[in-house]
Amino acid sequence: MAKVRLATVWLSGCSGCHMSFLDQDEKLLELAGKIELVYSPIADIKDFPENVDITLVEGAVGNEEQLELLKKIRKNTKMLIALGDCAVNGNVTALRNSLNNSVEEVLERAYVENATIKQNAPTNVPRLLKRVLALNEVVKVDFYIPGCPPPANLINYVLNELLEGRVPPLEGRFKYG
Amino acid sequence: MKPDELRSLAQKEAEARKSYRYRINVCCSSGCMPFGALKVLSAFKDAVKEFGVEGECYVARTGCIGTCSIAPAVLIEPGDYLYQNVTPDRAKEIVKEHIVNGRPVKSMLYGNEAYFKKQLRIVLRNAGKIDPLRIEDYIAVGGYYALLKALTRMTPEGVIEEVALSGLKGRGGAGFLTGLKWRYVARATGSPKYVIANLDEGDPGVFANRTLAEADPHAIIEGMAIAAYAVGASKGYIYVRSEYPLAVETLKKAIEAARSMGLLGEKIFETAFSFDIELRLGAGAFVAGEETAILASIEGRRAMPRPRPPYPAQSGLWGKPTLINNVETLANIPVILLKGSEWFASIGAKNCTGTKCFSLTGKVNNPGLIEVPMGITLREVVFEIGGGVPPGRRFKAVQVGGPSGGFLPEQLLDLPIDYESLTKAGAIMGSGGIVVLDDTSCMVDTAKFFTEFCVDESCGKCVPCRVGLYKLYKILDGFTRGEGSLEDLQKVEELCEFIKEASLCGLGQTAPNPTLTTLRYFRDEYVAHILEKKCSAGKCFKNGGGVGGE
Amino acid sequence: MAEVWEASKMIELTIDGKKVTAKEGDTILKVARENNIYIPALCYLEGVSSFGGCRVCLVEIKGSPRVFASCVTPVAEGMEIITNSERLKRYRKWAVELLLSERPHVCSVCVANGSCELQQLATDLGVDHLRVEREWTNYELDLTHERFAYDPNRCILCTRCIRICDEIEGVHTIDLMLRGKNSKVIFDLNDKWGFAESCTSCGKCSAVCPVGALYVKGKPHSESKRKELASFVTSRRSEKTIG
Repeated sequence: MAKVRLATVWLSGCSGCHMSFLDQDEKLLELAGKIELVYSPIADIKDFPENVDITLVEGAVGNEEQLELLKKIRKNTKMLIALGDCAVNGNVTALRNSLNNSVEEVLERAYVENATIKQNAPTNVPRLLKRVLALNEVVKVDFYIPGCPPPANLINYVLNELLEGRVPPLEGRFKYG
Repeated sequence: MKPDELRSLAQKEAEARKSYRYRINVCCSSGCMPFGALKVLSAFKDAVKEFGVEGECYVARTGCIGTCSIAPAVLIEPGDYLYQNVTPDRAKEIVKEHIVNGRPVKSMLYGNEAYFKKQLRIVLRNAGKIDPLRIEDYIAVGGYYALLKALTRMTPEGVIEEVALSGLKGRGGAGFLTGLKWRYVARATGSPKYVIANLDEGDPGVFANRTLAEADPHAIIEGMAIAAYAVGASKGYIYVRSEYPLAVETLKKAIEAARSMGLLGEKIFETAFSFDIELRLGAGAFVAGEETAILASIEGRRAMPRPRPPYPAQSGLWGKPTLINNVETLANIPVILLKGSEWFASIGAKNCTGTKCFSLTGKVNNPGLIEVPMGITLREVVFEIGGGVPPGRRFKAVQVGGPSGGFLPEQLLDLPIDYESLTKAGAIMGSGGIVVLDDTSCMVDTAKFFTEFCVDESCGKCVPCRVGLYKLYKILDGFTRGEGSLEDLQKVEELCEFIKEASLCGLGQTAPNPTLTTLRYFRDEYVAHILEKKCSAGKCFKNGGGVGGE
Repeated sequence: MAEVWEASKMIELTIDGKKVTAKEGDTILKVARENNIYIPALCYLEGVSSFGGCRVCLVEIKGSPRVFASCVTPVAEGMEIITNSERLKRYRKWAVELLLSERPHVCSVCVANGSCELQQLATDLGVDHLRVEREWTNYELDLTHERFAYDPNRCILCTRCIRICDEIEGVHTIDLMLRGKNSKVIFDLNDKWGFAESCTSCGKCSAVCPVGALYVKGKPHSESKRKELASFVTSRRSEKTIG
């Protein structure tokens, strides 16, 4: 039987969800037997591949590059999973939306006011979106694993259930936020 | 006032009326005032003097004649000659030709007979024909006789029975049987009891209650007094919007006049019945028209609805049994008592008797205030009374029931106007607004507009209305800017169901109606907006959208 | 309070098929809880008047097509109440989702994380994402009070604070201003909390705040939260009256 092609993606987030993913510890070995990791921040693959079965996306959509990437992910993935609160609802990443949706204000604060040297905003990086978006504000999301971060055993449970062909009910199993 | 005094005053007034050969009624309601009605009024008075016909021609300042499209409107009796767009100059000519020479000025007459043909004026029986500021005018046409009859010849239970038999339903929108409501209050224990007349008409494009109060305030006062007698109340409040200055002023003077004649106050008509009325002004909130919100507002608290039960009939104003009726409901009462419940029940439809006032507006040739028997079809209202949509345009939809009324398409135009049929089709009787739309209106944009109104007017107490409506508005707004998918339509429907079912009061429960009915009858427009980014009316996509873009 | 001594009329009804006896006049929510039937609720606070705003405690009553807020609907003889149908679950989920989307509720940076009733409800009802766009309001924080803080961005307008301040503490420092989605909880005449003269600094409001909008400075919400405060006071009051 062909292995399930799994991808994990890190958009605008703290990487805590990936840490939690890695916290599956020895269960990762078990998982590794069932999947082929085709794209991930922990693997050096440049382009998002085609024909992916499951993609776990951590983080919210914060800039233009991520917006494009997410659209590509959607196109190339059978099951897209929002991993963690930033992907699910924006969470801390989206807090900047409260600042009048002003990109300039955010950049000014981060790169000028709070910087001690080289006080200017970067220019040769992807442009920030006016508003940070949760995944489901951009594309259709097939499954949500909330939590900040979602506990390792929840991630493990969900993946194993999905690999067995079941859609696990989450009521009461996760903690919102 | 003694019973005999009413009779002799009525007789005297009627004779005085008869002594004039002509009576010129100049409409000075909120519809005609901005067009210079008061100048027209004084021009008529001057002209009558100038031509020396003061003795045979009486010039009266009246309320609404009902034809707002031809403001300022003037009605000359006998013969009910209706002059349109009268100016001070034309007033002089009319006096010269019509009064002095006895030749009506045909070129200035409003020739549209179809507008009145299907109307039946019970509530607006005196509108445009009496001076609302002269209580004598009201008495001359039989005013306060019903109160006299109730107090001297009927028991409270007898009055309730008569109202119940008439089949009258509440005209405020929900259509609860008036007689039944009265009986609940009459049987409730607690003292004192209160009567409240609801004149907090806040719907955009609706002006029926305001016009009634401006044209015939004593009909409301008399109705209230009779209601108070029937349920055992001694104190009444008229809750009126402060945005209706002319109605407020008219009611204030009418109450004073009734009081000074002894028609309000202690021992009315020398019976044991005492009753007085106070005006209470509402400030700005649409939701204050909801009956439990009115209670809060009159008590001096924030106008927020509360859940029922307990119903106001058991625990209303300051926890006492309270009757709340719309002013239109109340204005029906004197006629029912004088002409009998059988007569009233013979008008209108089988389980929906009497008439209903509607503010007919929108893309219609003859807008105005109309009163029609229940059971009349929408087609008759829009095309016969309203004269259809402007030339070259195509009828698209008609909204019945104010901002939270549904939009009905052409194929439903033969629907009879009654509470049940309207509700079944997704509209409501509501406060009596009929807005006609032609092909220049986009249904998505229209649904968005009315949803936005309800968002602004939500009191904020319950979640479905406060948050749900706002989210609904945002989704609809997205559709008009090129955002959204077909899946969102399903979401809209689910959200609407939640708002409709789970909201605390009538505002939230009916607010999704415009969206739901446009989705039901004009779904293709939504689909065209979403898939083709096309708006057949050319209203949408004026500003670029795009997800997250700058 | 003479009526305390009058024998209350007892009635019978069923909740989720279970036959229960109840005092006439009590609300469905109260009767259900007395019989260990859990109906979720949010704005409800035992010991103060019911508000009926959050619509989480909705129930169905057999014979009526409508749904009823159980915190304000009195029981009646022979009533058959359903507390947990698919339809009710759907409505409750919407209510919680809408509340979560109304203002920026970001649990991971909130004092109430872990002791928040809204968060708990979202978990219980399986709210794993929001179907509607979130609002990112930017209300100014009020840190002017010596001991307490107020973050309107986390407020869900349940009015528990208003009711406990008015009905238990008896000062009515807190109330609502504006309407609809612009409604805001304020102190005195929209003064900063630290300058609200009528405030007795009793802390009842922050003790019953279901979320992290009102809280004690420098303390996790879980430590200052006393949800039973109002019912404790009212029960002591009625004991005194009877004694």
